[in-house]
Amino acid sequence: MMTLTHWLWDTGFAPFAEFAFMRRALVATLALSLSAAPLGVFLTLRRMSLLGDALSHAVLPGVAIGFMISGLSLTAMALGGVLAGMLVAALAGLVTRFTTLKEDASLAAIYLLALALGVMLISGHGTQLDLLHILFGSALGVDTQGLLMVAGVASVSVLLLAAMYRGLVLESFDPAFLGAAGRRGWLWQQGFLMLVVINLVAGFQTLGTLMAVGLMMLPAVSSRLWHATLAAQLVNASVQAMLASAVGLLLSYHLDTPSGPTIIGCAGALYVASLLLAPGGWLPRARRRAHRVA
Amino acid sequence: MVNPTASPMVLLRNLTVSYRQHPALHHISGSFAAGSLTAVVGPNGSGKSTLLKSIAGLLPVERGALNVAAPRQRIAYLPQVADIDRSFPINVRDCALLGCWGATGGWGAVNRALLDRVDAALHAVGLEGFERRNIGSLSTGQLQRVMFARMLVQDAELILLDEPFNAIDAKTTAALLALVRQWHQQRRTVIAVLHDDAVVRSHFPATLLLARELVGWGATSKVLTAPNLQRARAMAEAWDEDADVCGVNPLAVQAVIA
Repeated sequence: MMTLTHWLWDTGFAPFAEFAFMRRALVATLALSLSAAPLGVFLTLRRMSLLGDALSHAVLPGVAIGFMISGLSLTAMALGGVLAGMLVAALAGLVTRFTTLKEDASLAAIYLLALALGVMLISGHGTQLDLLHILFGSALGVDTQGLLMVAGVASVSVLLLAAMYRGLVLESFDPAFLGAAGRRGWLWQQGFLMLVVINLVAGFQTLGTLMAVGLMMLPAVSSRLWHATLAAQLVNASVQAMLASAVGLLLSYHLDTPSGPTIIGCAGALYVASLLLAPGGWLPRARRRAHRVA
Repeated sequence: MVNPTASPMVLLRNLTVSYRQHPALHHISGSFAAGSLTAVVGPNGSGKSTLLKSIAGLLPVERGALNVAAPRQRIAYLPQVADIDRSFPINVRDCALLGCWGATGGWGAVNRALLDRVDAALHAVGLEGFERRNIGSLSTGQLQRVMFARMLVQDAELILLDEPFNAIDAKTTAALLALVRQWHQQRRTVIAVLHDDAVVRSHFPATLLLARELVGWGATSKVLTAPNLQRARAMAEAWDEDADVCGVNPLAVQAVIA
């Protein structure tokens, strides 16, 4: 018994107790789980699960320009990323409003251009290492400044999500109804995209722009298999993301693997488990249950 | 609740709406009186849905003018069912609650009176006991009842229905038609796109017959005649990819109307 508790402490708690960088990484990923995963649920509801991916590429030129202007400064790169992401989202929104193109088509076109621009800027002015760092991040390298940024973004985005909840539900569920009720329906959409952008940028130092999408989408997709109500799905997504973050950080510490992909791998394991076990998954469907008379 | 004078609720002057230069509505003029109950009929592709969308403010007006007397929050628009995502995790009551949007917006409080209105609406459409059911588990007819409940909650002056009884069984259609009749008695303006001539003849005093152009507009018995219907079918089938640019002078048309 003693050895078991000892082992648990050594593997599960000691890394966080002993090392400040592990604690910072844990707090940063937990904060991200709280804000990004619910946004992912809204993305799946709008059948825009791949939009996070597109926007994560779209922030690249901004991050690169920030890097070119002031080196590896988190503030400059984050600011550049947010501006680039918002610009791409706004441009795509304008194209959708004033042409016959649908939202996904206009966004795909514009983010690809942004991505090309970003890669060109980085290859001209940085090194391969910088590009890898931006794309995949490093949770174990989060400093106090980075932690404050993640915490700030997570707080703002959770509060805004709560404030915008009614409009977002309506805009996702029945945009035609919202459009008929007023001329400003697209504002909800843009506000939502801005939230997605700041969350992706907040995640970029911790997980990298590409891996940040994983923490946003994987728990969200899994959570939809578990519950029939939106509120429960939102909570479930956050909890799964937190679980994946904590376990992923520990695994990456013990196995000496990169933290971002390990965390996403854990979220992936939860996804597979959900696919098998959740009420909307395979097992409950395969197990025939007696039906009721009415 | 609605101004009982005969001032028009919707006024169309020489309205033209096109998709890629081909008109879906071509020089339509006329008016829907406040408190009127009008059926919009015509063959497929005759511009019925386009007319409703234009009145709802969802399509830009290309030529001519379209004036709606009701403010936007007092217009209820029911599109064809296909526009709604049935897999969305929302229950019947919350869906009906969304009808409060015009009164509350994104942040306003939903007060006791509005909640009572939601309960009354669900009762009126016969969905008591279904409040907690997800809309994904409803039949097509039940979902349409939810949509009508939401419109009851909206308390609109102008109600636009796009093929509300498509794929709906006779019993549900009768129940929903009773609501339409009630709206008419409350002097709300109702415009409904319909396919079933029998329903139009028995429930709708006025009819607008479209075939991209106006074929007839007035009392149902005068408009829904065999020659008119035949003319509408013939007009709707005519389609010319390389049709000439329309030379109708809008000013001249307006002068004729005036």
